[in-house]
Amino acid sequence: MDGGQQGRMTAGNETFPQALSVADLRLDPRRRRREWAIHRLFMAAAVLSVVISAAIVVSLVGNALSFAVKVDPAALWTDGWFPRRGLYDIRTLVAGTLIIAGVAMLIAAPLGIGAAIYLSEYAKPRTRGVLKPALEILAAIPSVVLGFFALTWISPNLIQRISGAPLFNMAAAGVAVGILIMPLIASVAEDAMHAVPAYLREASFGLGARKRTTSLRVVVPAAISGIVAALIVGISRAIGETMIVAIAAGATGGSLFELNPFRPGQTMTAAMTSLAIGSDSVRGAALTFESLFFVGFLLFVVTLGLNLVSDSFVRRVRERY
Amino acid sequence: MASIGRPQPVSTAELVELRLRGATLDWRGHLLQGMLLTSLLLALAVLAILLGDIVLRAIPVFTERPIEFLTGQLSARPQRAGISQGVIGSVLLMGFVIVLALPLGIGAAVYLEEYAHDTRMTRFIGTNIRNLAGVPAIVFGLLGLAAFVTLLRLGNTLVAGGLTLAVLVLPIIVITTSEALRAVPTSIREAALAVGATRWEMVRSHVLPYAAPGIMTGSILSLARAFGETAPLLLVGAVAGTFSSSGNPLGQLFGSYTALPTVVYNFARESKAEFRALTAATIVVLLIVILLVNATAIVLRNRYDRKW
Amino acid sequence: MALEVIGTDPQQSLVTVTTREADESPLTDAEVVFDVQSFSAFYGGFRAVRDISFQVHKNRITAVIGPSGCGKSTLLRCFNRMNDLIDSAHFEGKILYHGVDLYDPGVDPVEVRRRIGMVFQKPNPFPKSIYDNVAFGPRVAGFRGNMEELVEASLRRAALWDEVKDKLSAPGTALSGGQQQRLCIARAIAIEPDVILMDEPCSALDPIATLKIEELMRELKENYTIVIVTHNMQQAARASDVTAFLTMGDDRAGYMVEMAPTARLFTRPDNRLTEDYITGRFG
Repeated sequence: MDGGQQGRMTAGNETFPQALSVADLRLDPRRRRREWAIHRLFMAAAVLSVVISAAIVVSLVGNALSFAVKVDPAALWTDGWFPRRGLYDIRTLVAGTLIIAGVAMLIAAPLGIGAAIYLSEYAKPRTRGVLKPALEILAAIPSVVLGFFALTWISPNLIQRISGAPLFNMAAAGVAVGILIMPLIASVAEDAMHAVPAYLREASFGLGARKRTTSLRVVVPAAISGIVAALIVGISRAIGETMIVAIAAGATGGSLFELNPFRPGQTMTAAMTSLAIGSDSVRGAALTFESLFFVGFLLFVVTLGLNLVSDSFVRRVRERY
Repeated sequence: MASIGRPQPVSTAELVELRLRGATLDWRGHLLQGMLLTSLLLALAVLAILLGDIVLRAIPVFTERPIEFLTGQLSARPQRAGISQGVIGSVLLMGFVIVLALPLGIGAAVYLEEYAHDTRMTRFIGTNIRNLAGVPAIVFGLLGLAAFVTLLRLGNTLVAGGLTLAVLVLPIIVITTSEALRAVPTSIREAALAVGATRWEMVRSHVLPYAAPGIMTGSILSLARAFGETAPLLLVGAVAGTFSSSGNPLGQLFGSYTALPTVVYNFARESKAEFRALTAATIVVLLIVILLVNATAIVLRNRYDRKW
Repeated sequence: MALEVIGTDPQQSLVTVTTREADESPLTDAEVVFDVQSFSAFYGGFRAVRDISFQVHKNRITAVIGPSGCGKSTLLRCFNRMNDLIDSAHFEGKILYHGVDLYDPGVDPVEVRRRIGMVFQKPNPFPKSIYDNVAFGPRVAGFRGNMEELVEASLRRAALWDEVKDKLSAPGTALSGGQQQRLCIARAIAIEPDVILMDEPCSALDPIATLKIEELMRELKENYTIVIVTHNMQQAARASDVTAFLTMGDDRAGYMVEMAPTARLFTRPDNRLTEDYITGRFG
């Protein structure tokens, strides 16, 4: 369309010669160059994500290996995790992580799945419209806030009342982590249940089953992959949680190996925080600094593994429907 | 047959009549429903208690010295401590996230959804991004420490913190943008291409405008999330203690800096009882911002949610 | 003398015809727009159409009919390279457009689509104003003239102007189904194409809207070459000059059974399969 045809609707056949050549069907060079440039620009952005992943892995692996090579193996099996004194008992951190994650799941799994079933199967649209946003508000609360709540309310009012625990203890942190991950579990599980097609429920009701039978015996089993995925996502999040533990579980700087949840303890994540905000002399001490990356690497591998497993479960849900 | 139950000393006809009239004998069903609702309400009750407790604790600060609290600097003395450095630091950090993560994230998503062919490489990038989204925040702090603080020699500056948060939020923005782009009907794309538009012309004129509300909602929610992050900032050197800043707000760019969540952490660790109220008050400010931002995103989503 | 099919009764294998004024110009005189040479289309390993050869002539309406799934739409979408959007699609053979191989590496699909427009089965106006719907194509093609005149001319040619002239800024999606489809036609016309491809354009419309579009097609063929894929045999018989009949072979690939001037195809088809299809014995 060149200037000669401005504003005039020519009959289509008049503008084209009897035969064309390939050159006639080429794109205007300016448009073509622009397309090429924009294509490359967007591609660069996507490739950057890969670069970031690689950077994470490299930065972790490099320092973690350095630590693993230099550390005295005896230091890895001691009474506790005291990095500034050269005691790197990983069991302490793993135990702490598992205990807090365990307490968290004890709280979050039933509450989360129960809420999910209610929202998906029982709640009327109006109720859902009120309760779901409320749950989303809970999900928006940063973990540092929940850490403070754990220390100042959960510990004195719940944990200390039922046991003789000191103010800083793993149980209070665990409960708070449970509250943190409950909306996440509820959300993933509810999505899975929602995805169960209506005809399955209808078939069940058509056979005369009650609501509770349909929900528990038809919908939940049909959505089980998604529910398992929700739980795994919850565990992964619980393991990766830092600030709640850093504030409420006590144990800054070092911690003895501890299996009793009503005592202070240390997780992998909070240990990293302690190390990092320690005095500058820690930064200077190479091995102590590198232990930070070693723990981080462990954490990364564990959470990555859990997420991959959870993904495979989510894929199973999608495949079925 | 569990649903029919043991034979009742009632005739079948009467049973059916009872059922049809809605008078149910199903106490188990009601119990289950009650238990399920309780799980939900329990969580919300905790939310209510949390908010209530914190607000109550915070009241003295806001009634006695609100201005000084909001404009003052960090101090070891509770009567003089203020959160202005945290506020400024957080605002600056968000600036970094907006300028870096949004264009990169949206660009990557546009590439993956609109340009890339379905190859192994593309699928690999997609899986990669999903995995990144599930990595704990503190690991991004480690990345920031190794790459930005140490390798790039940025030191414990806000620039390093901003880069770290941007990287943390990037995968989430890619994922939410991808979802918004996927929601655009294929028919619109085909119509645009059939009329002689290039791919970019199609994306720019039709796909992006259609997906814009979804993209914005996702981006705003990601910002709200970044606003509350603490652990990665601690790892890259945000100050968790006290420090003094010059009057110039931009001074925090290249010197010591902090953010609202790290101020919360700082106050929470103080043993003096007066700091409890200060912590609560800081949390109130933090929550107001986060909840406002979340609400904006949701209002936006509802307003522009259209069915073509 | 041309015959027009106005009804079929499969039960008694009856075809009711009436006469209509024939399009007097001989069909083979007109210039060849598309020359399809042994063309096959594949999706990955699956062959969708096999060895199709035929020609499309200028300013004629060529209809492609056949049972569902026999590759008609696939074939049509090869004419404007819309199948490029599918990663696994690849082709054998040639489609020559005014002598140029459409799939020559030097040919840019964007430029192809500027000259060969398409109207889709389900009307798909942009979620923008009626004006912007029509103006989009010319804008990206670099049109520098008077856009308002072009939009009006396009809408007039699509027989939609009178109905929308007072509400050009209303959204395109607010129109009725038939109006939306005419808007899509106006949109396709606005870039001054050579050919208009129509992929079952009336299948989502009511009978009255359908007739309007068929009338429109007859007017449009003066200026454009039209290729239409349709499920509706009566439509092909009413509206087209030439008809090609495709069907699915045993290998599930579509192939062309027969192609002839419409009147002859529907009254004296050469092939038994064609006769079976138009009398309703299958498909």
